Amino acid sequence: MADNKFLVSFSPHTRDPLTTDKVMMLVVLALVPSILVSFYVYGFYAVKTYALTVIFCLGLEALFLKIRKLPVTVRDNSALVTAILLAMNMPPSPPWWLVLAGSFVAIVISKQVFGGLGQNPFNPALVGRVFLLIAWPAEMTSWIEASTLKSGFMFDAVSTATPLGQIKSEIISSGHIVSTGMADVTDLFLGTVSGCLGGDSAIAVLIGGLFLIWKRIIKWHIPFTYLATVFVLTGLYWLISPEKTLNPVQHLLAGGLMLGAFFMATDYVTCPMTIKGQVLFGFGCGLLTVVIRLFGGYPEGVAFSILIMNAVTPLIDNYMRPASFGEVKS
Amino acid sequence: MPFFGFRGGVHPDYNKGATSGKPIEVMPVKEGALYGVPLAQHIGAPAKALVAKNQEVKAGELIGQAAGFISANIHAPVSGKVVALQDLPHPVTGKTAGVIIEASGDQNEILPAEAAEKFQDAVLRAGIVGLGGATFPTNVKLSPPKKVDTLLLNGAECEPYLTCDHRLMLEKTEEIIKGADIIRKALNIENLIIGIEENKPDALAAFGKFVSAYKFELIPLEVKYPQGGEKQLIKACLNRTVPEGMLPLEVGVIVHNVGTCLAVFEAVANRKPLIERVVTVTGAVKEPKNLLVRIGTPVKDIIEYCGGFLGEPRKVVMGGPMMGFALSTLDVPMMKGTSGILVFRSEDLPDLRQCNCIRCGRCVDVCPMGLIPSVMDRFVIREMYESLADWHVMNCIECGCCSYDCPSRRNLAGGFKTSKREVMKVLKAREAQKNG
Repeated sequence: MADNKFLVSFSPHTRDPLTTDKVMMLVVLALVPSILVSFYVYGFYAVKTYALTVIFCLGLEALFLKIRKLPVTVRDNSALVTAILLAMNMPPSPPWWLVLAGSFVAIVISKQVFGGLGQNPFNPALVGRVFLLIAWPAEMTSWIEASTLKSGFMFDAVSTATPLGQIKSEIISSGHIVSTGMADVTDLFLGTVSGCLGGDSAIAVLIGGLFLIWKRIIKWHIPFTYLATVFVLTGLYWLISPEKTLNPVQHLLAGGLMLGAFFMATDYVTCPMTIKGQVLFGFGCGLLTVVIRLFGGYPEGVAFSILIMNAVTPLIDNYMRPASFGEVKS
Repeated sequence: MPFFGFRGGVHPDYNKGATSGKPIEVMPVKEGALYGVPLAQHIGAPAKALVAKNQEVKAGELIGQAAGFISANIHAPVSGKVVALQDLPHPVTGKTAGVIIEASGDQNEILPAEAAEKFQDAVLRAGIVGLGGATFPTNVKLSPPKKVDTLLLNGAECEPYLTCDHRLMLEKTEEIIKGADIIRKALNIENLIIGIEENKPDALAAFGKFVSAYKFELIPLEVKYPQGGEKQLIKACLNRTVPEGMLPLEVGVIVHNVGTCLAVFEAVANRKPLIERVVTVTGAVKEPKNLLVRIGTPVKDIIEYCGGFLGEPRKVVMGGPMMGFALSTLDVPMMKGTSGILVFRSEDLPDLRQCNCIRCGRCVDVCPMGLIPSVMDRFVIREMYESLADWHVMNCIECGCCSYDCPSRRNLAGGFKTSKREVMKVLKAREAQKNG
């Protein structure tokens, strides 16, 4: 028999069935509840925005891999995850050029320029969001009122403010919260409030997040420490001066915190790999989010916090290396 | 019975069903067949050849003398004529010096090894090495320079597909215990522990019958790879941690594979040299078997004896799927450390297309040695051996858990394995600088 037909490779000769593209697909699957809620709340606008980000992100990824003369690996689904998360981080109905700009920054500037999949120091979708927020603040904060599917298909949407934005401007103008009944906890939980396209519904994000933990795609440490830190710190502040901030439950449910904690902060590429490191990372994200929300100029702090902690990730990985088996401290 | 467990590890599909119920079958010696016996089937210096071309040898005759402290004797596996002294194919080094013997018709008699007073000498003369796959000369391990309080028998057999130890534990239960008893008495060791994975309840029951007669502790082990790793086993059974870079001896333990124990018993009680061993032949072969095979039998003949391939073979592995070696040729001979011969067709093999590391951290979670394989992989790619040394690559036991679990299909364990030689140079240079 001809011997050269035998494949010679390093052990192990068997592998776990989970591959990178399946991991990414599971993340997409976990986002489905949030996507469905945004369809329900924003109707046609949501469909259009998701379609645009997916087309732009996948297209740009393929184009730049081609330009770099690399195999076009769009099928690893990582660009798809970025596309969906970017859409969720935009207002419900952004103009097409805003989506294109965001996709370009996310895929090309913050991912491909650094070497593509696995090489980017910052979460691409968040870099895209923050870039747009700084470059086009007006377009990025033109919210439309949350409504049901039926009215969402109409084109005379009413513009409005997000709960956190409303509170922030009230505190800036008059020093304390003026409006009452804002940010009803049930509305926040279900997602029937104005805000970014996705992630408004805490319950939908939670379902997806728990699914990922159950499937062992992510560990619970980052989301838990992140949310717990925000809850405890905002709770303390709220106990001291309740007229200056929302209560801690509202803080947990409002804005992009849930989406950030379960889907953005846990991004493999940009978060630490060890449990100890992840706990520190989650705490850092929580602390920064609270500082920005309570004392900063922006109503929301999730995107900035995670990006800042992304920058610290290599340090955490380096200095929080667990002891090797039987390691003798010299 | 305490069980402490160890951190990390993976749960690959065990695939032991094809052979676990099959009693050990003796593969007969075929007259005129060629047996290629490598002179190095162990860690350490190769044995020195004692025979010349055209010389008649008897099965069990010493044909290779252990050369140095860490070396092992080699015996003729069959009676016949030495037809050549030449290089043989080897799965790891490519080729190795060996003796080729043409079997004659008469195989009824096996020449006993030279008698010995000390049991260590009996083990040395029988050419016994660790049969779990590490092939460390057993007599060296049995001459501990310091006090040992526990002898730990390794019956985990955590590698998927392999069932040779399982069958030995069922069919040679008392002999294995007697082997352990010989070691225990000779070295004055208080505790004897036998650890067997819980997925072999019949083996646990078989040993259970002897617990009171021989006074040992039987520990059912969690079913997890690499449960049979020496340091993992000690941690799991005794909750002792072997310090990095040290041997189990450091914490007062010696670990022996159950097959090795049986060989020790046979060497001491019957003066039987190690010229055959049990191997599991499974995967895409017509009749999967547990076979008692003479050392030196070419893999080709073994597969033929099992009815040949089932379908189109794509990869043939010597050893288990987690740590075994892929063969480039079926002329490789059976060696003392060969526990399995596995045949895979294309459809049995995983897709090995690599992509970039996505830093998912799964390798970190499963590493039983507490290493960070994903970061170390970057050092391997950039040939940063200093950094590899600092990140404890020498502590890697090459179990392959990291590669197994990597969704990006990166060749993590393979990279560490190949880098270790360069890292050794770094460490030696550092040592020299410290002393100079």
